[in-house]
Amino acid sequence: MSKFIIRRVFLAALIILFGAFIVYAVIRALPSSYVETIARQRATMPNSKSYADWVAELNALFRLDTDVFTGFAGWLGDAIRGEFGNSWSYGIKVTEKFADVIWYTVALNIITFILQIAIAIPLGIMAARKQYSKMDYAITFFAMVGISLPSFFLSTMLKYVFSINLGWFDLYGIVGRYHEQLSSWGKLLDMAHHLVLPVTTLTLLSIGGLMRFTRTNMLEVLGADYIRTARAKGLPENKVINRHAFRNTLIPLVSYMSYLLPSMFAGSMITETLYQIPGIGYIAFGAIRAGDIPFTMFYSVFSIVLTQISLLIADMMYAVVDPRVRIN
Amino acid sequence: MQENKNVNYLTAKESRQISRENRRITNQIEKNRNRRNIPEAEYLTNMQDDGNVVEFDGLKTYFYTDIGVVRAVDGISFNIPKGKTVGVVGESGCGKSVTSLSLMQLVQRPQGQIVGGEIRLNMGDGKAYDVARMPTEQMEKIRGNMVSMIFQEPMTSLNPVFRIGVQLDEVINLHNPEMSKELIKARSIEMLDTVGIANAEGIYQRYPHELSGGMRQRVMIAMALVCSPQLIIADEPTTALDVTIQAQILDLLRNLKDKINSSIMLITHDLGVVAEMADHVVVMYAGRIVEQGTAQEVFLNPVHPYTVGLMASKPVVNREVERLYSIPGSVPNPINMPNYCYFRDRCDRAFDKCVGKYPPYFSVSPTHSVACYLYEDQQHAK
Repeated sequence: MSKFIIRRVFLAALIILFGAFIVYAVIRALPSSYVETIARQRATMPNSKSYADWVAELNALFRLDTDVFTGFAGWLGDAIRGEFGNSWSYGIKVTEKFADVIWYTVALNIITFILQIAIAIPLGIMAARKQYSKMDYAITFFAMVGISLPSFFLSTMLKYVFSINLGWFDLYGIVGRYHEQLSSWGKLLDMAHHLVLPVTTLTLLSIGGLMRFTRTNMLEVLGADYIRTARAKGLPENKVINRHAFRNTLIPLVSYMSYLLPSMFAGSMITETLYQIPGIGYIAFGAIRAGDIPFTMFYSVFSIVLTQISLLIADMMYAVVDPRVRIN
Repeated sequence: MQENKNVNYLTAKESRQISRENRRITNQIEKNRNRRNIPEAEYLTNMQDDGNVVEFDGLKTYFYTDIGVVRAVDGISFNIPKGKTVGVVGESGCGKSVTSLSLMQLVQRPQGQIVGGEIRLNMGDGKAYDVARMPTEQMEKIRGNMVSMIFQEPMTSLNPVFRIGVQLDEVINLHNPEMSKELIKARSIEMLDTVGIANAEGIYQRYPHELSGGMRQRVMIAMALVCSPQLIIADEPTTALDVTIQAQILDLLRNLKDKINSSIMLITHDLGVVAEMADHVVVMYAGRIVEQGTAQEVFLNPVHPYTVGLMASKPVVNREVERLYSIPGSVPNPINMPNYCYFRDRCDRAFDKCVGKYPPYFSVSPTHSVACYLYEDQQHAK
């Protein structure tokens, strides 16, 4: 077990290194950089140096006057010591900005995750138990709708109905207009109120996949010989499903859900942007567009690390739910 | 419809029509089945002979598939006497397993339905229930308790995520809810010991994948016998096992059956197994019984041409043959069965009478009957 983990951690470190390098190389290759934007602004100011001078000076300041490899090595050296530097576009420490915004994303995604599991898994099981019934067709139909709808369309429709026509929610933002006047409990409720539409959007979009996955796996398990054995023992149908079948359905489900972990922190860029929730997806998107290398690098490396951890967890969870799997 | 239409081809319209009709029929049956609180009177019945554990009487189990109705079991009648072993033989797909699954109400619903006949189960206290009409909640009390089943695939018939002990305890606990945990565990270990598992306490803690096929089949047998059922259905219990283990498992079954004084319904296509185990033999072909009698009669004096063919296609030691005999032709399409002897087209002894409708049963002896016109005269002579 420990040998397995050591091997996996070593492998993960390699993947993180290469992943980070690729991201770094890509940002450096972007046609418009942060430095050029700033230099252009400053060059237009009266009595200023020329654009080329500004570029040279800023490049030296931000260590962009080297080639990609040296630049990456410099970043890596700092990163290993835990220094991710200041965000260029937000002006504060990268880690500080990150800590500020990540909780919006986590709250959004954890609520979505819980709702998704609570809705999709029972629905999937129900559909599998009554295969080809009207209910099965209805559930599968709505799952397909959820999978197929683009998030921008769904959120626009939700906004149109619930914000514009009914006026129940604000169009966007995480806090209302009078947020600062509210008590701390009221502030929390205000934020929760603003999270309703984004959570609805994300949940509606994600239950389809999980539900279909549950249904398929449940159907496969229900056809297995040991389910017939369980029935032949005289077990009531509910116990057959909830104990014997569900425990086996859990095996693929657990690995599927482990992959959802990185997406929970990586942010839902489109949804956050549409609702202008200052979560990590929205902020990182802004940073990438501005060519903010420190923030983008930190965000990417964080995602890669999280993916590696979730893969490791998926493997270990496999051994927990399936006694046939032994890790070594 | 044209007479010479290709039976393997369905137009989309026909297919839709069949599906719609199937749904109508199965919905109706399901609705009738799923009523709440079905009174006992509806499935209470009387045994014809109290010496039988189970009496199949005209059982019909049909499958409503998208290409038509498959009459998997079409009106079979036979009895399983107390303490005896009844062998059900026939080739793959002849309805042996469906017969046993009907008795357990484990036919894949809603496509598979018992549409006619009675399965009378002797409850022992003078009462008898008709399994075909029993509600599921009642059936759950009988499964694993009065009637239990051993399946042919020991490798996949145990739940891979639960320990052997848990799976055994579950049956005992289910049918004896008053027993304490320690008692249940002791009973499980005792049962594992009885089925010839050395180190029963160790195996109790194991997962199924850690056991060999023979061991798993022993566990299955332990699971089936732990509540001392009146009837054990063994659905090809040795098919997946190698020959040395086969003999052991059969020995074990026979001994345990005598120990708890129950009956066995042995389903197999292995005539050797039947000859060794069975007191009575039922030969099935395409969903119907073609011949039944005591093992002696059927083996020494097979009368139906199909049984004769089956016997001839069994390899025999000490007899040199160029090629092993095989019955010519193949089983008819299970959809739209003809209304004449299903074996007629493969039979080398068919004669003009066989053109007529499906033959009734003719008795060759008081215990031996056959569905073949060849024996019509013997019936009269008696």
